[in-house]
Amino acid sequence: MQNITQIFGSGVPLLLDDIDTDRIIPARFLRCVTFDGLGDHAFEDDRLQDKSHPFDDARFRHGSVLIGGRNFGCGSSREHAPQALMRWGIKAIIAESFAEIFFGNCTTLGIPCVAASRPDLDRLAKAVEENPTRVITIDLLSKQVRSDEIVFGIEILESARSSLTTGNWDFLGQLLDGATSVKQTASQLPYMTGFKA
Amino acid sequence: MTDRRNLFNKVWDLHTVRSLAGGQTQLFIGLHLIHEVTSPQAFSILRDRGLTVQYPERTLATVDHIIPTDVQLRPFADGLAEEMMSAIEKNCRDFGIRLFNLDDKRQGVVHIVGPEQGLTQPGMTIACGDSHTSTHGAFGSIAFGIGTSQVADVLATQTLALSRPKVRRIEVTGTLRPGVYAKDVILHIIRKLGVQGGVGYAYEYAGKVFDRMSMEERMTVCNMSIEGGARCGYINPDQTTVDYVRGRPFAPKGTDFDRAATWWLSLASPKDAEFDDYVTFDGSAIEPTVTWGINPAQSVGVNETLPALATFTNDDQKGIRDAFEYMDLKELQPIRGLKINVAFIGSCTNGRISDLREAAAIAKGRHVATGVKALVVPGSQQVREQAISEGLDKIFEAAGFQWREAGCSMCLAMNPDKLQGREVCASSSNRNFKGRQGSPTGRTLLMSPAMVAAAAISGCVSDVRDLL
Repeated sequence: MQNITQIFGSGVPLLLDDIDTDRIIPARFLRCVTFDGLGDHAFEDDRLQDKSHPFDDARFRHGSVLIGGRNFGCGSSREHAPQALMRWGIKAIIAESFAEIFFGNCTTLGIPCVAASRPDLDRLAKAVEENPTRVITIDLLSKQVRSDEIVFGIEILESARSSLTTGNWDFLGQLLDGATSVKQTASQLPYMTGFKA
Repeated sequence: MTDRRNLFNKVWDLHTVRSLAGGQTQLFIGLHLIHEVTSPQAFSILRDRGLTVQYPERTLATVDHIIPTDVQLRPFADGLAEEMMSAIEKNCRDFGIRLFNLDDKRQGVVHIVGPEQGLTQPGMTIACGDSHTSTHGAFGSIAFGIGTSQVADVLATQTLALSRPKVRRIEVTGTLRPGVYAKDVILHIIRKLGVQGGVGYAYEYAGKVFDRMSMEERMTVCNMSIEGGARCGYINPDQTTVDYVRGRPFAPKGTDFDRAATWWLSLASPKDAEFDDYVTFDGSAIEPTVTWGINPAQSVGVNETLPALATFTNDDQKGIRDAFEYMDLKELQPIRGLKINVAFIGSCTNGRISDLREAAAIAKGRHVATGVKALVVPGSQQVREQAISEGLDKIFEAAGFQWREAGCSMCLAMNPDKLQGREVCASSSNRNFKGRQGSPTGRTLLMSPAMVAAAAISGCVSDVRDLL
């Protein structure tokens, strides 16, 4: 797997709190057996009701760094949500905080989710509104976001940062490598042997 | 030195396989539950990589999310739903996984079926591609929702890569007043701690109120842990837990059961257990609670008014304004008396037999208000059979409720049961997100099943205590 140390791209400002995964991808689009085509439906119902939604704003159509608020990705565990964002073109998310399952799903897909303070997010979102083509760099090594004169620190769960930056974010391969130890652990669990004496 | 580890940490340690390169724990998963919506792509990952299912007997499949609750003839009218049914049937066949399909009396909502069959047991780690897997924590297990890539991880290795959360002990003291249910307790906790208060934490629910609860009530509480941001929540196993599991189809039998029970009880957090955080609430102060907004923390007691905008911080006011606007409500407006169009009783939160009994007690001898569409959707075929044997179906039908087949139904509206337009639904489910119940502009008021029944009868949000 590729080492993900830096992400560059222009921004998409969506500074709202408690964006749940039902809003990111409404449940009716989960009637599928692949993730293909989900990108077209990202935020579909929000976009229908808000004609100025950033996902419909031509200025942000090539954006790949999503700027969100608090508790981003809360609710349903559906991986369809990060899959939809990824297929729309999102490569990284900067928000005030993230819901845990969403964060884990993103990490598994190689999408860094980094947390920043509200004033820093406000400043960045405003700057992106003024100049949508400005390039944002998320640097996971120095734990910084840089965009011209704007520079601020970010937080990310250390295990996720380490996995992304060292190319260890495909967990399946690593888990498979532990097969012998798995058998050992399983054999110690009383329910695995039906609680026999 | 005595062992002061809480249950969460004991169970986590027992299931720890090793540390991974990034610092995550490789954690063994004792029970894996799958359903038709979040599993097809996981099986595709297995096929693409030429992998098999490592412990097929530790995974159980059922169908619930897309199941119609009226006409269940195959093929389904919805071609996409039919395709998903065919996919899970083929995947279970190809990989040797047990499936409780529609023609199996054990079929139902995955989080109702696991406990009902005795598959869910204390001391296990339990994962499912569904955020309400936290339900199973009611047994003193570590149970949490996962994404589809992680479903593939469990299928292929029976393990997951996870970071250990902190543990917060939430104590609820005292006695609940009549007309106050488990649903009100968890809505109250979420209201007070917020929808992201639990991020990074597992919740241990402890104290007199939970000690006295039945397993079904405990499941309602643990179910909504995720709505408070906590990926898992649990209650220590006690005699109530042991008595519930005894005799169920997949529970150990005879002396094996006795050994199991001893082990389960030994896992409970000791009196002097250590936690990362503590919170206490007074159970006697909890009111029948109703959500008014677009997340489950936006709630009030049934006799309160909606909060004033000025009581929120400047940052929060934007979200609150958005919620008022979407719901077409105003600050300081009473919630009581708010007209409803639809009433939904069901879901993994409140679709068990005790929920139907409580709702039926309110519905009995009364009638659903004119213009209100009311649905009762049992959580499993067994719950449905049990309700019928008690005559609850007749009570509901006589009161004007529709009596349906088992499934997730209007909790997330992936099947044909959906709100239309701006309809307002009194719902016993778990999420009041925008568009959650199938109409992009539909509105949801979360409450206990008894409160839903009361709202159905009066046609508006009411205090169930007036009907007890």
